[in-house]
Amino acid sequence: MSGILIALIGMAVFALGYRYYSKFIAEKIFRLDPNYVTPAHKYKDGVDFVPTNKFVLWGHHFSSIAGAAPILGPAIALYWGWLPALLWVVLGTVFAAGVHDFGTLVLSVRNKGQSVGTLAHRLVGQRAKILFLFIILILVLMVNAVFAWVVANLFISYPSSVLPVFIQIPLAVWIGYVVYKGKTKMLIPSLLALAVMYGVAIIASRVEFLQIDIVQYFGGEGAAGIFGLGAVSSAFFIWIIILMIYVYIASTLPVWKLLQPRDFINSHQLVLGLVILYIGLFLTNPQMTAPVTNSGADTPWLPLLFITIACGAISGFHGLVSSGTSAKQLNNETEARFVGYAGAVGEGILALLSIIAVGTFFATQSDFFATYGSFVDANEAGLGVFIEGASVLAGGLAIPPDIATTLVSIMVISFAATSLDTSVRLMRYIIGELGIEYKVPTLNKKHVATSIAVGTSAALVLLPEGPQGFGSGGYLLWPLFGTSNQLLAAISLMLIAVWLKRLGRNYIAVIIPMIFVMAMTLWAMFQQVIFEWSWFGTESNTLLFILGSIIFVFAIWIILTAVQVMTGKYDKPLDSDH
Amino acid sequence: MLDKVKKLIEFYEEVLSMPHRQEVARELRDEDDLFLLLLYSEMIGIPNPVYYYTLELYPYMIEKFHDWHLRMGMEKSPLTGIRCC
Repeated sequence: MSGILIALIGMAVFALGYRYYSKFIAEKIFRLDPNYVTPAHKYKDGVDFVPTNKFVLWGHHFSSIAGAAPILGPAIALYWGWLPALLWVVLGTVFAAGVHDFGTLVLSVRNKGQSVGTLAHRLVGQRAKILFLFIILILVLMVNAVFAWVVANLFISYPSSVLPVFIQIPLAVWIGYVVYKGKTKMLIPSLLALAVMYGVAIIASRVEFLQIDIVQYFGGEGAAGIFGLGAVSSAFFIWIIILMIYVYIASTLPVWKLLQPRDFINSHQLVLGLVILYIGLFLTNPQMTAPVTNSGADTPWLPLLFITIACGAISGFHGLVSSGTSAKQLNNETEARFVGYAGAVGEGILALLSIIAVGTFFATQSDFFATYGSFVDANEAGLGVFIEGASVLAGGLAIPPDIATTLVSIMVISFAATSLDTSVRLMRYIIGELGIEYKVPTLNKKHVATSIAVGTSAALVLLPEGPQGFGSGGYLLWPLFGTSNQLLAAISLMLIAVWLKRLGRNYIAVIIPMIFVMAMTLWAMFQQVIFEWSWFGTESNTLLFILGSIIFVFAIWIILTAVQVMTGKYDKPLDSDH
Repeated sequence: MLDKVKKLIEFYEEVLSMPHRQEVARELRDEDDLFLLLLYSEMIGIPNPVYYYTLELYPYMIEKFHDWHLRMGMEKSPLTGIRCC
């Protein structure tokens, strides 16, 4: 089947979903009111509450939620064939992610622009807020570990991308400084920075001297490294330490100094990447060589598919962006449909691209099975295949393959690194908040909280060991990331359902995706915790067993709370009730 | 055509600068809050030798003060000295 056809089918369903389903939700369920005074107007302060043009707000919302996760998930899930992945991405976006992102936005707009965490407290009670904080804590911890692993591995596999990625740091600091001093607008400096970065990337792809390859410095793959480890494991260890030092600094600096200017450069990469790869797709017209479904899979797709693809089908993280930030800037309530629902569609389009890039990369189906031989192989190879596949698509615009590979790897690394430093910062805030909650004020200190965040993340990424020994086990955390993300989404959907029930509206459209996501997550966790990670499981692993069990208990807790809520135990008055 | 491209660039610039403008505004507001605290520290019991003079600014800051206490989560003015609402 042609890759173009898949893209067109996906886009058509997204378009129909937006045109009809989101309209139905907006009019019949949320009953958006064009005359409602949004928090952006009511509490207008020029800082947090600013009425913003809907296209501008969508652009910002989309660039905040898009990252490496919607690329990595589908790239792994293609193991079960492209059809299951495509169906889950397309239908998940239309019926689950769209409703979730749109719903959290409306819920927050109707409640002073408060975040879902605060709303959990008000709608369900103190216990729900703590539950919420712990799940976000686990989620950001997983994000830190998984993306640190991803970045370190990509640095080892694509040494030509190291220098361009590191050059981004001084460039970002320079942009931050120039713009903060008010000397210029940020478009020109950030485009200049991108040009410098890509210039360095092109040179580094061709000049071996500029490729920072730690494995080669040790004397190649078979050579011995430090602490009695092999060269590859040592390189991995060194990269993790460097990354952790970097995120420590990045997450304690004021955001305008490093984080935001990096985001500007990365927004260009996102736009440029999407445009180039979709144009490349239409010029090269590649055929899907991955199987439609994989009947000989060693791991069943049900329920694992639904946690392997988290972002791109439904993601709890989006609710944090919708409710914390975007809700405070919404100009008119009716625009929530565009910002929230179309934001989720944007993420779906990114996931669709990942499916096509991976699905069309292999020359034949047997080549596909040579790489995607088992689920473990798929986990390890997924992202690398996306990079290779995307560079073939970029080749349609006559970009030489070695340069295209470097550019795509830089794009993926930049996304992963941004997710990494944002989530370390988020983790720092949550540790501080838990410190206040449990009366341990020391935890609220910047360096104490950051040290705990960085220390636990480093431990988590270094501990699990895969088949290739030290440093190869980071992918084992991917299902845990997916699960905690889905749990967060489930709680947010529950909050929307509680709110709708209280208003006497029909909440079926919210409760169905919630039950579905919850059931799949529970099932997948139960299966993995008991049959794989426990001491009598196939791949006994104490660390994963403990983490998985904690998530499992949280999931049960959410279900109990949801049942209590739905049977009407909690009935506190809310602003939106009036 | 040129107009449309210009509009597109302006739109793009606005998307990019939105979070940045917000951060700069926040930092300025924090500085303002500190400044106000210095000016009217007397009202919360911290002695201020130039209070007599800073009080002259009182009429100019009533509106700002109202925004401030709302922002700090207080529906009504917390200070009996400043009666704004």
